[in-house]
Amino acid sequence: MVFPDGTEALQDISFTVNKGEFVTVVGPSGCGKSTLLKIASGLLEPSSGSVSADRDQLGYVFQDATLLDWRTVQDNVELLAELHGVGNQERKQIAAEAIDLVGLSGFESHYPKALSGGMKMRCSLARSLTLKPPVFLFDEPFSAVDEITREHLNDETQRLFQTEEFAGLFITHSISEAVFLSTRVLVMSARPGRIVAEFDISFDYPRLPELRFDPSFAELCGEVSLKLRGSHS
Amino acid sequence: MSSRSATKGPGAVRSLSERLLPPIFLGSGFIGIWYLISYGVLEPRRRFLLRPPHEVIQVGFLDWDNFSPILNALWSSTKVAMIGLGIAICIGFVLAILMSQAKIVERAIFPFAVTLQAIPILAIVPLISFWFGTGQTSRVVVCVIISLFPIIMNTLFGLQSADRGLHDLFTLHHANRITRMRKLMFPSALPAVFAGLRISAGLSVIGAIVGDFFFGKGDAGIGQLLRKHASQLAGEELLAAVLMSSALGVTVFLCFGWIQQRAIGRWHETTTGVD
Repeated sequence: MVFPDGTEALQDISFTVNKGEFVTVVGPSGCGKSTLLKIASGLLEPSSGSVSADRDQLGYVFQDATLLDWRTVQDNVELLAELHGVGNQERKQIAAEAIDLVGLSGFESHYPKALSGGMKMRCSLARSLTLKPPVFLFDEPFSAVDEITREHLNDETQRLFQTEEFAGLFITHSISEAVFLSTRVLVMSARPGRIVAEFDISFDYPRLPELRFDPSFAELCGEVSLKLRGSHS
Repeated sequence: MSSRSATKGPGAVRSLSERLLPPIFLGSGFIGIWYLISYGVLEPRRRFLLRPPHEVIQVGFLDWDNFSPILNALWSSTKVAMIGLGIAICIGFVLAILMSQAKIVERAIFPFAVTLQAIPILAIVPLISFWFGTGQTSRVVVCVIISLFPIIMNTLFGLQSADRGLHDLFTLHHANRITRMRKLMFPSALPAVFAGLRISAGLSVIGAIVGDFFFGKGDAGIGQLLRKHASQLAGEELLAAVLMSSALGVTVFLCFGWIQQRAIGRWHETTTGVD
């Protein structure tokens, strides 16, 4: 990917995310992770290369919650179904299910200004879940929330990955988040972004919060960290 | 929401007095200075220049023969202001929406909008009377010229303020232009639109009075009345009319603040000055 101003953001990147896989890309900031996701989603056209994905059915979770301030939680979650012309009755029902899935029941009639950062993110997750996308793209979704909320949201994401059976492509700069969530971790180098290492993470699902204290977990995080550092210098 | 219900407790009286006392103090000081000038500074034969407050109230407000023309003129100017504001809102919205749809339109219109804003109204009064006569139409035209710019700029700014990520979301889900405008850009714009409306509402009152000051034909408004009282050296009536015109401006401002609170107060943190 080369931008018009000559910045080469990505170089020779090629990978596949299969059904049942949760692939996370970690990399230093500015390495082009977000660009990668924008290309995957079709928001950006690559200057060379191609993407094959069913883009009508993409779930996309943004860095910010990107909620419509003038809509309640319920109406925010209904938005995508609305844009796809789903009928009123069905829309209400799938929204209710999604809200329940992310644990926001009881907050349906709240406006975003009354929600905490974590709750906004849950609402955003619920919105993406409504269309039951087979592929989910996450663009550093939890980078703006505090550590404890982030771990909670990671637990939930990991649970949803199990129950909703989507394929996930997750972008982050947090190594422990990457290892905790994924079946596979790709390490990207600084600009121009290239994939410099690949790790298979074989912990069984469902992964419990305690996994984070497991020595083998720490060891894996260490290895990823080393590769990341190596790519950086 | 919660902060509002919290102020309904015993603290409500305190917060009300905290809010009202400072302006009351300042107002009293102001009236004190007024008396001081009327009685202390001005010699009796020059006292007509600034009549003391109680005489202004007695002659200007409590004497119905003097007060009813003020009310009539005020009503006439209110009508001009509202018609002018209505037209400015329509033109402003249409222009801002066009400008928000294509950068090239924005670039084309922008310099003219700025020019319009920069025109000293006095300079084009002769032109306006030349084109539209010296009646109601000309008053409304002045009003539109004065109140249009903030509506265009605030509406445009509002329409462009929608979050980048939300635009991406709408793109990902193949929203067309109309859907994007209706469900994303227009609601995002509302807080800025209301900010513009409140500025323009105040300006439309000024426009109506200024217009009336220059154009005397037809249903005369507060501008003509001010002119008449000034030429007759009727200080009490003049001041009463001035006070009533500011009251009109303030009322219009508060009205739009109230509408704003009703329309977007549920989801937007705004300072309307009327809560």
